Amino acid sequence: MMEILLHLGDGILLAVQPINLLLIVIGVTLGLFIGAMPGLGSVNGVAILLPVTFLVPPASAIIFLAAIYYGAMYGGAISSITLGIPGASTAVATTFDGRPLALQGRARLALVTAALASFIGGSVSNVLFTGFAPLLASVALSFGPPEIFSLMLLAFATFVGLGGDDIPKTVFSICLGLVLAAVGYDEISGAPRLIFFDIPGFMHGINFLVLAIGVYGIGEMLWTIDSTRGKVTTTQTRMTVKGTIEDAGEGMRRGWKGTAIGSFLGFFVGILPAAGATPGSLMSYGVAKMLARNPKEFGRGHPGGVAAPEAANNSASTGAMLPMLTLGIPGSPTTAILLGGMVIWGLTPGPRLFTDQPEFVWGLIGSFYVSNILAVVVNLAFIPLFIWMLRMPFTILAPMIFVLSVVGGYAATQDMHDVWLMLIFGLGAFVLRKLDYPLAPAVLAIVLGPIAEPTLRQSLLLSSGDPSIFFTRPIAGPITIIAIILILLPLIKVILGRRRGAETNAA
Amino acid sequence: MRRAELVTAIVLALLSIYLMWKSTALDIGYISGEGPGGGAWPFWLAGVMLVCTGVIAFNWMRQTSPPSQSDEPLLDRYGRRMLFMVGGGILAFIALVSVISMYGAMFVFLIYYLAFLGRHRWSVTIPVAVITPIVFFFFFEALMRITLPKGMKFLEPVFNWLNTIIY
Repeated sequence: MMEILLHLGDGILLAVQPINLLLIVIGVTLGLFIGAMPGLGSVNGVAILLPVTFLVPPASAIIFLAAIYYGAMYGGAISSITLGIPGASTAVATTFDGRPLALQGRARLALVTAALASFIGGSVSNVLFTGFAPLLASVALSFGPPEIFSLMLLAFATFVGLGGDDIPKTVFSICLGLVLAAVGYDEISGAPRLIFFDIPGFMHGINFLVLAIGVYGIGEMLWTIDSTRGKVTTTQTRMTVKGTIEDAGEGMRRGWKGTAIGSFLGFFVGILPAAGATPGSLMSYGVAKMLARNPKEFGRGHPGGVAAPEAANNSASTGAMLPMLTLGIPGSPTTAILLGGMVIWGLTPGPRLFTDQPEFVWGLIGSFYVSNILAVVVNLAFIPLFIWMLRMPFTILAPMIFVLSVVGGYAATQDMHDVWLMLIFGLGAFVLRKLDYPLAPAVLAIVLGPIAEPTLRQSLLLSSGDPSIFFTRPIAGPITIIAIILILLPLIKVILGRRRGAETNAA
Repeated sequence: MRRAELVTAIVLALLSIYLMWKSTALDIGYISGEGPGGGAWPFWLAGVMLVCTGVIAFNWMRQTSPPSQSDEPLLDRYGRRMLFMVGGGILAFIALVSVISMYGAMFVFLIYYLAFLGRHRWSVTIPVAVITPIVFFFFFEALMRITLPKGMKFLEPVFNWLNTIIY
C-alpha cells in the first residue's frame, strides 16, 4: 500500500512537470472542444491527433492523449445540454434530462451538475484504478501465450455478447480488422502475405491509424454531414459565480445518488473491453432512474439524470485504461488507439510495463489526478466560450478535420499509399455505418491482431496442435469458457425468446 | 436501404472469397513442429467473414435487420450530392498532393470547401485557407521534422526558400 502511494506521488510529480502540465492543459481544453463538437468524440480526437505526438517522449504523449480523452468526457455534456444533440456517443444519456433542464431555462444547473458529477466520477475511478492496477498487473505477469490469447478472445466475445449490435455484422467487423492486421509479412515464416495486386505499399502492413483515421476522421464525418443536415439551435446561459455556486449545491443535493451510481458502475463497465463509456453511461442512467424515489421525474429534467451518465462516462474512461495498462487489451475504442500508439512509441503494452517502465505508467496515473482537477476548472471557467465555439459552422470545422486526417494518415507512415487506403476505408466505413455495421470492433481488432495471431500460434505449438490448451490451464480455462458463453449469449437469448413467444402464443 | 443491404453483403462475400484465395498463397494447414501455417489465420478468419455475409443475406431474406426493412434509399438526393462534392473533394485533395505539394493541395481544398460548399465570405475563406497550411508547415517541418510531400519539381525553389527560414 505504502509502495503504491510512493509511486503515485512520483507519478503526480512527473505529471506536474512544466511540459507535462502544459500538455495536460492543452489536452484537456482540446478534449473539451472535441467532446463538445457534435460528430467528434474522444476516439476521433485521439486517432486524428496521435501522429502529432511523435514530437514528445512517450510518457508526455500518452499524458496528452489521456487528457484529451478525459476532457472529451466532460465536453460531451456541453452540447448535449445546450444543443440537445450529444457531442459524443458517451453523452447520449446526458441529453435525456440535460436538454429538458436547458429548455426550462436551467441550462446552468445542468452544466454545473454535469461538471461536478464528472469530477466526482473521475476521482472515484482514479482511486479504484490506483488500487486495482498494480494488483492486476502482478497477477498478469505470469501470463503465457494461452492466457493472452484467451483474453483476446474475451475482448472480442464481449463485443458479440454485450455490444448490442447486429451479431453477424459485429463478427464480420472483428474478422475484417484481424485480417487487415495480417497484411504484410507472416511474422513466423517471414513470407510476404496478402500483398493485394502486388502493390508494394502493402509490404509494410496496414498501420492501425490508417484504418482508425479512415473510419473516425473521414467515414464518421461524412456520416455526420449526411445525418445532421438540419440547423441546430444553441441554448444560451449566463454564468455568474453566485449562480454557479447555488446550482452546484442544488445539483449535488438532487444528484448525489446518480453521481454515486455512475462513479462505481461506470468504472466496472468501463473495464469490459466492448463496453467503455457509452454503455457505461446509459446503464448508469437506467439504474439511477430505477433506484430513484420518483422515477417519473427522470426524462423531464432531473439533475440526477445528468449526474449519473456524466459521472459514469468519466469513471468508465479511467476504467477502460485498466485492462489496457495491465493486460495489454484495451477497454474501449479510444484506449485501443492509445494501445496502438504505445506500440509506435516502442513500448510493449502489458503487465511488464509496471516493472519495466514505472515512470511511464505512474506518470500516466498521476496525470489522471491532475487532468481531473484541471478539467473541472477549465470546464466551469470556459463554459460560455465553449457555447460560443459551438456556433462555429460545420462547414469550417469539417474541412479542417479532413485536412488533419489526410496529414495524419500520411505522417503515420510517410507513404501516400496509406493516404489513398485511408480514403478507401473512410468511404467504405461511411456505407457500412449507414447499414448498421459496427466499426469499433474492426479498429480494436486491427490493434489486437498482431498480438492475437502469434499467441494463438505459439499456444498451438506448445500443445502440438491440441486446442484443449485454452481450456485446461488454470487461468486461461475460465477466461475461454466465459468468452464462449458470451459468444453464445445472443443465441441463447434468441432461443429463450422463441420459447417465451411460443408460450404466449399457446396461451 | 433494402437493396443496398443485399448488394453490400454480396460485395463483402466476394471480398471474403478473394481474401481466402489470397491466403492460400501460404500454408493454411497445420505443419507439425511449426504450428499453423502462415496462411491459416487469415484464411479461416476470411472464412468466418464469408459465413457472416451468408447470415446477413439470410436475415435480409427474413427481413429481420433494420436496413432490410427500410424503404428509404441508402443515399437520397442530398446524400448523393454530399458524397460526390465532399468525398470527391477529398479525392481531388489527395490527388493534388503529388502535384502541388501537401500544403498547396490543402490550400486549394480549403478554398473549395469554404467558399464553394460552405458559401462563406472571402473574408473568412482566405484567412483560413492561407493560415492553415502555414501553421501545418511550421508544425510538421520545423517542430516535428516530419517532411510532408513537396509536389513536383517546379515547386522546389519555393520550399528551398521556406527551408532557409526554418533551418
